[in-house]
Amino acid sequence: MVIYLLRRLGLALITCVFISIFTFVIIRLPPGDFVDAYIANLAASGSSVSAEQAEAMRREYGLDRPVVVQYGIWMGRVLKGDFGVSMVWRRPVTEVIGDRLWLTMAVSVSALFLTWMIALPIGIYSAMRQYSIGDYIFTTLGFIGLAIPNFLLALILMYLGFRYLGLNVGGLFSAEYAQAPWSLARVWDLTKHLPLPAAVLAMAGTAQLIRIMRANLLDELRKPYVVTARAKGLTEMRAVLKYPVRAALNPFASSLAYLFPYLVSGSIIVSLVLGLPTVGPLLLQALVAQDMFLAGAIVLLLGVMTVIGTLISDMLLMWIDPRIRLEGR
Amino acid sequence: MADRTSLAVRDLAVEFRSEQGVVRALDGVSFDLHAGRTLGVVGESGCGKSVTARSILRIVDRPGRITAGRMILDPGTPREVDLAQLDPESKEMRGVRGGRVGLIFQEPMTALSVHYTVGNQIMEAVLQHADISKAEAQNRAIELLREVGIPRPETRISAYPFELSGGLRQRVGIAMALAGDPEIVIADEPTTALDVTTQAQILSLLRRLQEEKNIALMLITHDMGVIAEMADEVAVMYLGRVVEFAPVEEVFSEPRHPYTRALLRAVPSILATPRQRLSTIGGAVPHPGARPSGCPFHPRCSEQLGALCTEQSPRPVPPGRSGAACFKVDQSEAVTA
Ligand SMILES: Nc1ncnc2c1ncn2[C@@H]1O[C@H](COP(=O)(O)OP(=O)(O)OP(=O)(O)O)[C@@H](O)[C@H]1O
Ligand SMILES: [Mg+2]
Repeated sequence: MVIYLLRRLGLALITCVFISIFTFVIIRLPPGDFVDAYIANLAASGSSVSAEQAEAMRREYGLDRPVVVQYGIWMGRVLKGDFGVSMVWRRPVTEVIGDRLWLTMAVSVSALFLTWMIALPIGIYSAMRQYSIGDYIFTTLGFIGLAIPNFLLALILMYLGFRYLGLNVGGLFSAEYAQAPWSLARVWDLTKHLPLPAAVLAMAGTAQLIRIMRANLLDELRKPYVVTARAKGLTEMRAVLKYPVRAALNPFASSLAYLFPYLVSGSIIVSLVLGLPTVGPLLLQALVAQDMFLAGAIVLLLGVMTVIGTLISDMLLMWIDPRIRLEGR
Repeated sequence: MADRTSLAVRDLAVEFRSEQGVVRALDGVSFDLHAGRTLGVVGESGCGKSVTARSILRIVDRPGRITAGRMILDPGTPREVDLAQLDPESKEMRGVRGGRVGLIFQEPMTALSVHYTVGNQIMEAVLQHADISKAEAQNRAIELLREVGIPRPETRISAYPFELSGGLRQRVGIAMALAGDPEIVIADEPTTALDVTTQAQILSLLRRLQEEKNIALMLITHDMGVIAEMADEVAVMYLGRVVEFAPVEEVFSEPRHPYTRALLRAVPSILATPRQRLSTIGGAVPHPGARPSGCPFHPRCSEQLGALCTEQSPRPVPPGRSGAACFKVDQSEAVTA
């Protein structure tokens, strides 16, 4: 078990290094270096930089040194929490991203939670009552859920909320809390605003997970150990929940890892539509404006968080499947 | 035959209805199980042995349905109950499953869940049928593992099934079947998946437990050797019917039904000359969905009597008496009578 954990941890670290190299490449992708872009940016707004100043900046950022050294310097700064300066915002990247990272997490995790809460019971029901009316209804709803683009659903819900309930459903905060410092009241305000974007984002994933759960469970229900459980005299419900559902959760846990980045990238358009202060729209802006330090920071952070998500799903798998837990015992 | 009858199955019929049509998996099966005795059930693949076992426990897979017949548990006692009439999900039926009737499976690997320890799975069966504490259930589980001959049961109880050998796993399966202290045990090909030495050990374990607990054992197998070693009576099944029933010596010394004779010829013998070809039964088992008219065995029968066999169905074997469902047997009996 310890070996398994260590190996996973090692792999996660290696993956993070690759993500950082990839990010570094992205940052250096535009022609010229960062200082050129900075000068051009300043020139566009009317101010100018002397050649000595530019040289000094290049030295400070190590731009006159070999690429590998540059990467090292950049990594050193990143590890200290310094992601450079955003050219568009003219502020440190960390300040620009600010709360957005945590808000993104909040939205994604609630969407994930909602996905599981809905998909698990429905998937189990559909498998246990295969070809029943309920199964057909859920299957149909599921396919509709898969087919509707979620930004469209967001628009429809906003329209309905505004038209019939008089609610302004956009954003993650009410107007009075949008710029306020963190407080219990602000957290509560956030909690009240979370369900809608979470539901919109959860829709497609839920439909997909219902299909996965149903198929997995149908496979497991045919296995002899289910007959064993029934032959013990357990109720059908208990027999199914304890044995085949547990086994069917296996691929479910692995899907956690890919759901997370899917939620973040899939949320860009929805976030724009709903006006969510998350990193998705920021990433889009940064890419359009070639604000490479900002874009790089976001890509790096999302990448690392995905790796952490994978680690969590690995640990879930370990908890679910004793064969992994006891490897090498 | 003074032993108490534990289960009387009469005219049991089971159908699987699907879009492709109706499959009659069982077509009027009758037999008795007696305390302390073993009924061997043989027949080729697909003849309905497992469906019979599952019908008794009312766990036939959907869309299977019992369409006729009775299955009287403990007939003539105050505990008498017709299993065919119970709701499969009812409390009473669940009390029968694993409580009054235990089931042992063919595949010791896949019949146990890899997700829980051996102890967890046995204790669950114990707790299902006894009102005792968890600690007591654990002691009982250890006791059961000891009874089925598993060394160091105190440590084995926290092992996972994939950490045990096939033979040990099947012993765990047997312990689980015994957890509710059943009077009837149904073993569906309990040794098919095991190597020969392990087979012999498992069989002798079954026999020992049966003697100790006076269990009525229904032993399903393909293997005539297992029948010879274990059974007191034998029911030979073909296409969802019992075509011959007799005490084990009679089946081997004077088999009545042509199908039984064919089965016996197909057993490899150490008396055979080297490289002698094994006899096989001509043709394949017809699918139960396409049952031949008349006697279901007539297309493969080497001794058939023409129109009689192709047009009329022989009488089923009356339960409890030796006999065969065959016109030829009927005729010879008429001559001797
Ligand atoms: N789930 C099912 N759906 C449809 N038909 C079934 C189902 N289960 C069993 N049957 C039918 O019942 C017949 C008897 O099956 P059963 O499993 O009892 O055979 P068996 O005698 O146990 O064979 P084997 O020796 O291979 O275990 C099969 O031929 C099949 O047509
Ligand atoms: Mg079978």
